[in-house]
Amino acid sequence: MVDGKPNNEQRTTNNYITMKLYLKIWRQKDASSAGKIVDYTLDGVEGDMSFLEMLDILNEELISKGEEPVEFDHDCREGICGTCSLQINGEPHGPDRLVTTCQLHMRKFNDGDTIVIEPFRAKAFPVIKDLIVDRSSFDRIQQAGGYISVNTSGNTVDANAIPINKHAADEAMDAATCIGCGACVAACKNASAMLFTSAKVSQFALLPQGRVEAVERVQNMVRQMDLEGFGNCTNTGACEVECPKGISLTNIARMNREYLSATVKG
Amino acid sequence: MSGLIKSSIARKVVMALSGLFLVVFLTQHFTINITSVLDPETFNAWSHFMGYNPLVQFVLQPVLIAGVIIHFVMGFALEIQNKKARGGSYVKYKGSANAPWVSRNMIYSGLVILAFLALHFYDFWVHEMAYKYIEVSPEDPTRYYHETVEKFAPFWRTIIYIVSFFLLGLHLWHGFASSFQSMGLNNKYTPGIKTFAKIFSVVIPLGFAFIALYHHLNPVTH
Repeated sequence: MVDGKPNNEQRTTNNYITMKLYLKIWRQKDASSAGKIVDYTLDGVEGDMSFLEMLDILNEELISKGEEPVEFDHDCREGICGTCSLQINGEPHGPDRLVTTCQLHMRKFNDGDTIVIEPFRAKAFPVIKDLIVDRSSFDRIQQAGGYISVNTSGNTVDANAIPINKHAADEAMDAATCIGCGACVAACKNASAMLFTSAKVSQFALLPQGRVEAVERVQNMVRQMDLEGFGNCTNTGACEVECPKGISLTNIARMNREYLSATVKG
Repeated sequence: MSGLIKSSIARKVVMALSGLFLVVFLTQHFTINITSVLDPETFNAWSHFMGYNPLVQFVLQPVLIAGVIIHFVMGFALEIQNKKARGGSYVKYKGSANAPWVSRNMIYSGLVILAFLALHFYDFWVHEMAYKYIEVSPEDPTRYYHETVEKFAPFWRTIIYIVSFFLLGLHLWHGFASSFQSMGLNNKYTPGIKTFAKIFSVVIPLGFAFIALYHHLNPVTH
């Protein structure tokens, strides 16, 4: 106990110790309406709740009062689908590291805290409603080249039949762990999508199957990224710090190499 | 080529290459300037060579000016584009949680350096151009040391120079190592490059500041 308040450890082990939180949440009716911050006070929040469960409790209270619930994106709630988002106290996915919002626990906050909750902000991520943004720009980048062309007519060759260097395979897998949540864009002061795009370029660039279309892939994906209106990377490294999957800046360097090499080749 | 410059990656590379070119220039500039403290005669000899060698005057000088212009024009263009890319602004944005101050404020350190360059050009370059090409004054290989030292007689100019060198150091602290990342170099040599870049970004601006202060404190006695 500190000043009569439970510490984080007690909050984790004793669920009955609860918190009172002051929430400042971005409310926006639809894409064309202006949004604003609305204040809510939420009592009875337990340390073992996830951040989204805390919002669920708030929404139940709002519904019971006949008010419109706060809209937010979520799906698996296991930290693997990339659907949840939220800018929490100025950081995408909140203050914890290597976790998505659904895996962020309320024990990371203290009783009496004020929490500002906003949607990810980027011109290429327009707000749909409240905290939900349209991240289909990521889909279009992926569609522009994030694939390999394989004949799947029944004679598909087993990918494991091709020997691949262990180090390259591991790096490709690390890049492929990107869940496309958009935290990199939200964190970047320039709203750049280079960490996402570079991860999607790298997961193929490192493997022999991906080399076949490597030149077109990087050119098309970078072109689409620019068309979507994302900003330019200035190597601040904010994306890497905030990425819930720990995607490394080395992927951006690789994409830069791939792009320059593709430009020279053709 | 037009497609190359339009792309975000090509613009990064342009910033990186022009920045690295300016780093090379800074090294050369510092090497000559430090001789003004160590040996005024060497300083005079080098300054005279730089001022009258046709290759330096009519090839390297325009290339240098072009390098500076490309770097700051591209920097401004990218900054404007980056600001637009955010769309609506955050109510709360905690930039300090994930990136160092210097990396987030390159535009401001850059603007201070640009303002300094205006003063620096007025102090030395405009005077040189007028001396050689407008007044068409005779060559005098011994004038440079005195002219340089006299410039630092006013305290205000010395302070402006020192503050600008501090901002230059901050700009280099992020920019120098960052240029390698922009060109696609992030490998086992990166920690070494980062260390070298940080040492450079401290030593060179500190050296320039030392030269300015030294000449302020040691005026030429006639």
